[in-house]
Amino acid sequence: MAGTGVVAVYGNGAITETHKSPFSVKVGLAQMLRGGVIMDVVTPEQARIAEEAGACAVMALERVPADIRAQGGVARMSDPQLIKEIKQAVTIPVMAKARIGHFVEAQILEAIGIDYVDESEVLTPADEENHINKHNFRIPFVCGCRNLGEALRRIREGAAMIRTKGEAGTGNIIEAVRHVRSVMGDIRVLRNMDDDEVFSFAKKIQSPYDLVMQTKQLGRLPVVHFAAGGVATPADAALMMQLGCDGVFVGSGVFKSGDPARRARAIVQAVTHYSDPDVLAEVSCGLGEAMVGLNLNDKKVERFAARSE
Amino acid sequence: MAVVGVLALQGSFNEHIAALKRLGVKGVEVRKPEQLQTISSLIIPGGESTTMAKLAEFHNLFPALREFVQMGKPVWGTCAGLIFLANKAVGQKEGGQELVGGLDCTVHRNYFGSQIQSFEAELLVPELASREGGPETFPGVFIRAPAVLEVGPEVEVLADYPIPSNKVLYSSSAVEIQEENAVPEKKVIVAIRQGNLLGTAFHPELTADTRWHSYFLKMARGYGEWTSNTTVAVSGVDLSSDKQTRYDLPIFR
Repeated sequence: MAGTGVVAVYGNGAITETHKSPFSVKVGLAQMLRGGVIMDVVTPEQARIAEEAGACAVMALERVPADIRAQGGVARMSDPQLIKEIKQAVTIPVMAKARIGHFVEAQILEAIGIDYVDESEVLTPADEENHINKHNFRIPFVCGCRNLGEALRRIREGAAMIRTKGEAGTGNIIEAVRHVRSVMGDIRVLRNMDDDEVFSFAKKIQSPYDLVMQTKQLGRLPVVHFAAGGVATPADAALMMQLGCDGVFVGSGVFKSGDPARRARAIVQAVTHYSDPDVLAEVSCGLGEAMVGLNLNDKKVERFAARSE
Repeated sequence: MAVVGVLALQGSFNEHIAALKRLGVKGVEVRKPEQLQTISSLIIPGGESTTMAKLAEFHNLFPALREFVQMGKPVWGTCAGLIFLANKAVGQKEGGQELVGGLDCTVHRNYFGSQIQSFEAELLVPELASREGGPETFPGVFIRAPAVLEVGPEVEVLADYPIPSNKVLYSSSAVEIQEENAVPEKKVIVAIRQGNLLGTAFHPELTADTRWHSYFLKMARGYGEWTSNTTVAVSGVDLSSDKQTRYDLPIFR
């Protein structure tokens, strides 16, 4: 299991590692984020609140997903000036979102020196067919997924970190649970599968055989795996951790609530002590109003998760 | 089986526990002050030092950690852990962060810059190679890594890293560099030891080379209370309350 990296299979072919930033270093930062919470922020002040609350990274945005939903229109990469200001305000890593397939936005984000790019379905996709070829970048990428096949396709494209998509900006955890269960369930099926059946399984989930086999041997995704989309309470965050995720993204859940600083801190503590109900009970007390949730059975609610395969 | 505590607030604690497992040693997750009393040696892993400091503060871990260090028990900090153990750190967030202290040195947090300036390098490690055998170099993985700027007289330098002169340091760094002139031009120190305290700026837990772990285990064994304390830890509650099996990430080099 050690030795062969995720992207080393084709040798001299099109998919090779750039010497300057090997895959191990890209995955390395994500490994440092394990057991942590990554929060969406729209101002330097919010970034400071997140840092003080113990977030392990912040996602710099112009609008949180809940506002993108409410306001509609095309959602694009944030103004680099805003991202720079947020980066100046904190010492923890800063992430930013680029549209799916929009590799020039990713180039701009790389140029301003942020730490991670999220190729995100929350923004309006720029390319219906293709994602960014993430091997061409020195900067690491995180990508969303709804199932194992999608996760492994993103890793093959060069994603060094995976998050389950959930349904961003809804405050409703149901989709996140569905996606995490789907990934974990597929991995459990895969683990118990005969080696001879893996070829057919790889075809079925439309993923590269070598990554499917590696996942089978490891018993988990070969990169760090966070949960995202709909986390609004400490209990939601701990649920994601108990389902087997390495950490949690919280989007609108913190800064759309009554007392952001307090809620942010509670969610951070819930992720650290995710398997200790006593601590979870303690941190869940008196947090004020949670963000308003959306019922996903409402046909008017747009499904961001279905924007890419 | 021997037991080593790993501070599991956030970061690469799983990787440390996996590395210890490869050496036949059990690593237990430590999250609360009272759990420190059942172990005789501790690893503080890499991660976001600001985050780890915040979590340690929320749970009132700093007094217990300081006591642990003052008792002379072996402690090893990697990356963020090194910052924890330093007596002085520069380049911190607004308002600073609390430190455990113990290592008589000054550490620059995030010395090498952002993620894009993270890198791998073969480090010359004569001391480690003479104790543990193997090649003269160690694969150092530096991820938003700190570096040691100054050390006191009692600190032993185990490894340093020559900085290429064209390398851009402090780029896009939001923090104020307080001691611009104190930064050495040629080499920075990346691994130190003082008594029973070990600090590395890079991440041995992300490589397949377990020599730093076995070096630390020898320090822990040298401390003496290994056997007597082991029984306490094993017969006591299993500190890792993880019921489900956790699988380890692959090692990429």
